[in-house]
Amino acid sequence: MDWKGRDVISVRDFSKEDIEFVLKVAERLEDELKNGPLDYAKGKILATLFFEPSTRTRLSFESAMHRLGGSVIGFSSASSTSVKKGESLADTIKTVEQYSDVIVIRHLMEGAARLAAEVAEIPVINAGDGSNQHPTQTLLDLYTIKRAFGRIDGLTIGLLGDLKYGRTVHSLAEALAFYDVELYLISPELLRMPKHIVEELREKIRIHETTDLEGTIPELDVLYVTRIQRERFPDEQEYLKVKGSYQVNCAVLKRAKESLRIMHPLPRVDEIHPEVDRTEHALYFRQVFSGVPVRMALLGLTLGVL
Amino acid sequence: MAELKVTAIREGTVIDHIPAGKGLKVIEILRLNRPNGGVLLLASNVHSGKLGRKDIVKIEGKFLSEEEVNKIALIAPTATVNIVRDYMVAEKFKVGIPDEITGILRCANPNCVSNHEYTVSKFYVVSREPLKVRCHYCERTMEEEEILGNL
Repeated sequence: MDWKGRDVISVRDFSKEDIEFVLKVAERLEDELKNGPLDYAKGKILATLFFEPSTRTRLSFESAMHRLGGSVIGFSSASSTSVKKGESLADTIKTVEQYSDVIVIRHLMEGAARLAAEVAEIPVINAGDGSNQHPTQTLLDLYTIKRAFGRIDGLTIGLLGDLKYGRTVHSLAEALAFYDVELYLISPELLRMPKHIVEELREKIRIHETTDLEGTIPELDVLYVTRIQRERFPDEQEYLKVKGSYQVNCAVLKRAKESLRIMHPLPRVDEIHPEVDRTEHALYFRQVFSGVPVRMALLGLTLGVL
Repeated sequence: MAELKVTAIREGTVIDHIPAGKGLKVIEILRLNRPNGGVLLLASNVHSGKLGRKDIVKIEGKFLSEEEVNKIALIAPTATVNIVRDYMVAEKFKVGIPDEITGILRCANPNCVSNHEYTVSKFYVVSREPLKVRCHYCERTMEEEEILGNL
């Protein structure tokens, strides 16, 4: 399996073996990190091109590169770049690749990372393209589940909230379809998972679509909660209809299995009450931590230094 | 004998059984109306035993490959292609939808990068019956109605 120079654009480009391999390397790196910083990527430069704001993903990539011994350049908003002067994405990529060894891109347009990868000679990693894909989030989600349960197969997983616009749940659902899982898609009618994804999932795993969180929660091993993302709604009225549809709190969790683990790609608004943070159910901060070893694995593998 | 209404060609390609009204779109997709192409003949709304009405396109002096002609399968799945040599049909085939559709279809997703940056559009055929294609860039699936609206 040759990862050197490989792009990481979509979960669709991965096989189950690819995913398992990345998770294994991440686990190894997490163990190695306990003995101090690493120097696998010494002398290598990561360019983080964040055309759209993001705190977690950008800092997580930067932390991962630093922990690998490499360094980071980049920007966190398109307004401070030549894009504002009308430069094409392709030209920006061709320029930045002269300064770096690997590119991480976050862009508001779907397919932007794919285009960047076609243009660049160096590896490109997708850190989110519009409402399409967020493959590194998916890998860290899978890693978190695997670390918490020791397995992914055999679990019953609920995806809750904005399943229409939420790219994290699109990618995660597609990746979970590689495993022997049962999936509950829980959302308001207006925010159901896109039809074409549901059809694809149905061919591979058992899925149920529902609006009922309380009735479903006793079945679940993992509840993956997402924010209803105001910024992705084309119509504010549509957002107001579904705003605050679900809140996971201790009352709702009374019906859950003791072993239920709650995940969230963060940031959250009001969909998980802070009182849940103190319970054994909360896995979302551990999930944030998982981003570092998983992104270290991806950076190291695509750079060819691991 | 509707074909006799337009001149028979000595050498070239005849695309027959195009659904009525789609002939011009076929010409556009195959870029047959370029000035350096051969003589082009279009017969529209011709009586057809199979289709009721059909269009026929004849291109003189040009032999289109099966791959080239397959591009029209999205709008003219019933079309048949005849390669004519010395007034005789030397080869005949039905069009088929290729696995990849490049350069002729626009993505229906307004937020797809292919609608904003310079790219050659590319789609993968997910299903032929019913027709569904997936955009190479934004990965969104388009169904028949959207496909026809974005040709």
